Amino acid sequence: MDITKNELVPKHVLLNDNEKKELLEKYRITLRQLPRISSNDPVIQNLGGKLGDVVKIGRKSAVAGETVYYRVVIKG
Amino acid sequence: MSEKSQTNSHEDNLPSKLLEEVENVGKEMRLNAEKKQKLLEEVKKVYLQGRFEPAEGIGIIAAQSISEPATQMTMRTYHFAGTAGIRVTYGLPRLIEIFDAKKTPETPMMTIYLKRESNNATEAAKLAEFVIEKKVMNLINRISLNLNENAIEIEVSDKRRVDVMQRIIKESVKNVNVRSREDKISVIAKTDDVKELQKLKEKILMLSVTGVKGIKNALVRKEEDDWIINTIGTNLSDVLKIKEVDEKKTFTNDIYEIESVLGIEAARSVIIREALKTMQEQALDVDVRYVTLVADIMTFSGAVDSIGRYGVAGAKTSILARAAFEETIKHLVKASIRNEIDNLQGIFENVMVGQIVPAGTGMFDLIVRSEE
Repeated sequence: MDITKNELVPKHVLLNDNEKKELLEKYRITLRQLPRISSNDPVIQNLGGKLGDVVKIGRKSAVAGETVYYRVVIKG
Repeated sequence: MSEKSQTNSHEDNLPSKLLEEVENVGKEMRLNAEKKQKLLEEVKKVYLQGRFEPAEGIGIIAAQSISEPATQMTMRTYHFAGTAGIRVTYGLPRLIEIFDAKKTPETPMMTIYLKRESNNATEAAKLAEFVIEKKVMNLINRISLNLNENAIEIEVSDKRRVDVMQRIIKESVKNVNVRSREDKISVIAKTDDVKELQKLKEKILMLSVTGVKGIKNALVRKEEDDWIINTIGTNLSDVLKIKEVDEKKTFTNDIYEIESVLGIEAARSVIIREALKTMQEQALDVDVRYVTLVADIMTFSGAVDSIGRYGVAGAKTSILARAAFEETIKHLVKASIRNEIDNLQGIFENVMVGQIVPAGTGMFDLIVRSEE
């Protein structure tokens, strides 16, 4: 069973270190200010994300077409 | 603020849906490149005007925009899905259930879609029959205690099920001998205590033999081209493993189950979908953006939090803001014991002490750069 196929699950992509740095500089924030996602989250387990990684989430939105959201992987 | 932040890149980009629409209009009206550029600029101007200003109190606007229509909702009503009727909580009770993030919904329900090759009436009926959980108690004619041999004797109603049932009892009950003869199974216990025997009997009756655990009933209905199975009771992870089930569309109304099986982002999608559906059923037209904001806040921490004193409102950093909401004394006493400090950075705290609130124009300070 592949859960990423379900239409409720948007596309999750792990950012590499460079992209992560760029993101934090662009919005001038620290990791603590980002929305979070648990390391036990099935999608993160699937991607093999580690603590402190940032995932880029491409959501389908009814009003904007596609929107981009970021979450940082936390312990939990 | 530095000059860098003046050119925020996402401000230059229109949402993809707007760009698409401009593109479509351009094609329809046969605009040339110059005119299309002008249209794009006009759209951008209107779009930027329509956006909220920084520091606008969008939370309170969302709260009002959802609450006012919600006061119009019917109080205790039930909705029947399908002709045979599965009772589903809807209306205000359901909305409260969603925003309070109840651990299990009052009426757990799954919507199962079928893969294209199995999308027909016979397959749907077969699958619906298959997913319903059948316990030992549903599949027997008689059960009795034989106190001479310390045995429980079961008369199975369908002979073909004897083997399966025998295996399941063997696997799940310890310290017994299980024997079968034709349509009878006898479970011989090693104890001669009648009470123990009674307990064992109850346990055997509740054992699940076939079907998916937790599914109490299933109904087939047709929606446009799709055959859909609605179930009472949910078990998403087991149902998704069934070969004929379309794992792309199948879902449940249990938000926590979605979170554990499909992740926090899927839980967010379901919160939005269920809340909007509940309101639209009663012809209340609430904008998606408000519900989206609430769903984003509810899933911010990586787990589903309720709106209210144990969830989002209870997690506020400011002591005074928490005390202003509910359970005033509890928060004040706890904070004084722990020697907590309130930095007066939120709205509530500043209203209380009579300072300018950090919202709207009050959000910004002037810093003078003196000449070196």
